[in-house]
Amino acid sequence: MAKVLVVTSGKGGVGKTTSTAALGAALAQMGETVVVVDFDVGLRNLDLIMGAERRVVFDLINVVQGVAKLSQALIRDKRLENLWLLPASQTRDKDALTDEGVGSIIADLRTKFDWVLCDSPAGIERGAMLAMRYADEAVIVTNPEVSSVRDSDRIIGMLDSKTVKAERGERVEKHVLITRYDQARASRGEMLSIEDILEILATPLLGIIPESQDVLRASNVGSPVTLNDAASAPARAYTDAARRLMGETVTMTVPLARKSFMNRLLGRRAA
Amino acid sequence: MDAIAKATRQPVRMRGRSYVAFTFCPVVPIAGWLEEVDATLARSPGFFVGKPVVLDLSAVDLSQSAIAHLVASLEQRNIRVLGIEGVDASQVTTSMPPLLTGGRHCVLTQNEPKKPEAKPKLTSLLVESPVRSGQSVVFAEGDVTVLGSVGSGAEIVAGGSIHIYGTLRGRAMAGVNGNAAARIYCHRIEAELLAIDGYYQTAEEISATLRDRPAQAWLQGDIMRITPLI
Repeated sequence: MAKVLVVTSGKGGVGKTTSTAALGAALAQMGETVVVVDFDVGLRNLDLIMGAERRVVFDLINVVQGVAKLSQALIRDKRLENLWLLPASQTRDKDALTDEGVGSIIADLRTKFDWVLCDSPAGIERGAMLAMRYADEAVIVTNPEVSSVRDSDRIIGMLDSKTVKAERGERVEKHVLITRYDQARASRGEMLSIEDILEILATPLLGIIPESQDVLRASNVGSPVTLNDAASAPARAYTDAARRLMGETVTMTVPLARKSFMNRLLGRRAA
Repeated sequence: MDAIAKATRQPVRMRGRSYVAFTFCPVVPIAGWLEEVDATLARSPGFFVGKPVVLDLSAVDLSQSAIAHLVASLEQRNIRVLGIEGVDASQVTTSMPPLLTGGRHCVLTQNEPKKPEAKPKLTSLLVESPVRSGQSVVFAEGDVTVLGSVGSGAEIVAGGSIHIYGTLRGRAMAGVNGNAAARIYCHRIEAELLAIDGYYQTAEEISATLRDRPAQAWLQGDIMRITPLI
């Protein structure tokens, strides 16, 4: 039974695209057939993070408009053969997306894949609405800061009212994924604590991704962080999150970046 | 021995059948009478749809064109006239419904569509889920009770009091219809704005000592009091 999962946040720059790629790759590593769909028409990025930007021929809009077939637009990942990308168009805007077009593509993808991961654009306009429209589950990516949390709260409200499932009286299963979490800063009170975030959002936690240079390093080389260095702290956190999506019970920990021996010896430079 | 059955011409069979029809008896002025028909239709639209209607014109003296106009006016209201009675045969043209005679009176049982029993008006609204940022709950008829929290950027507007069993982080406006006795109760107060009957306080004015605890807001004259509940 295929699952359509939207990765959304309301606020921009919190890590939706990174999380979509990392979760998609992690699910694929567990043997699932996965497609990651970029809904950020006009500002596409998922192709870069997936390292497929030089192989894009057709895109989501071409398929919506019937110019290309779905099979022509799907790009297979070079590292994992059961991971696919459906890129967005960079030359169009969100108005090119239609409700019926998106609905038929999602229905089509459901027949071919175990997981359809929709990377939502920021905001609450057409693009974001259509990305969440047909979702069964949602991952709400949140940074530990008030503006991000409030935007996430707004998005959760929309998931409960604007999706097809909500209109049928069913519930979209929602998970909060906290990204860019810095244990040290949180304990100094410079960030919202996990408890505060969960209290405000009243939604179950999927995972906590630590702030890490590994994320930037991975996206610079066009690789999902879970594929680039599976042992890194964020990769382990994403893999745990993916296992929770699969229904496994995994203890919630905040993976810490392991400091190398030299780093531990020479951790801080004295003034 | 072969007997070929001859096609025998059978006479067209006809049966008699009687129906109960509504009889309309227009009175002058016709325009006024039509207004009454309209009023009936407004009460129960579709009442005459599919029912045979006969026009009894014995009480009025109408010209041929006036009869045609009346039939057309009724048709505009989706009332199709089956026949006309009570006029001279010369008055009726072929384009009009046929002239009927020999109608007998019978009692019509009118079963008007029962009006749904007026439910007692709701005086309170229960919201069982958290009210998310950007959502607005407006209930001018009475109290609003929220079992979850009210997010920052959400608002609750009530004609009566507001009860929030979670944390109030958004705006709460009680007594919006001029009910100065309305109050706002919440399990934890981190409100952006509180208002009762138009008197309001913003987050800045709410004393920090009240934060993070159960509190209520009420009006004392034109001063808003916010006091801890426990």
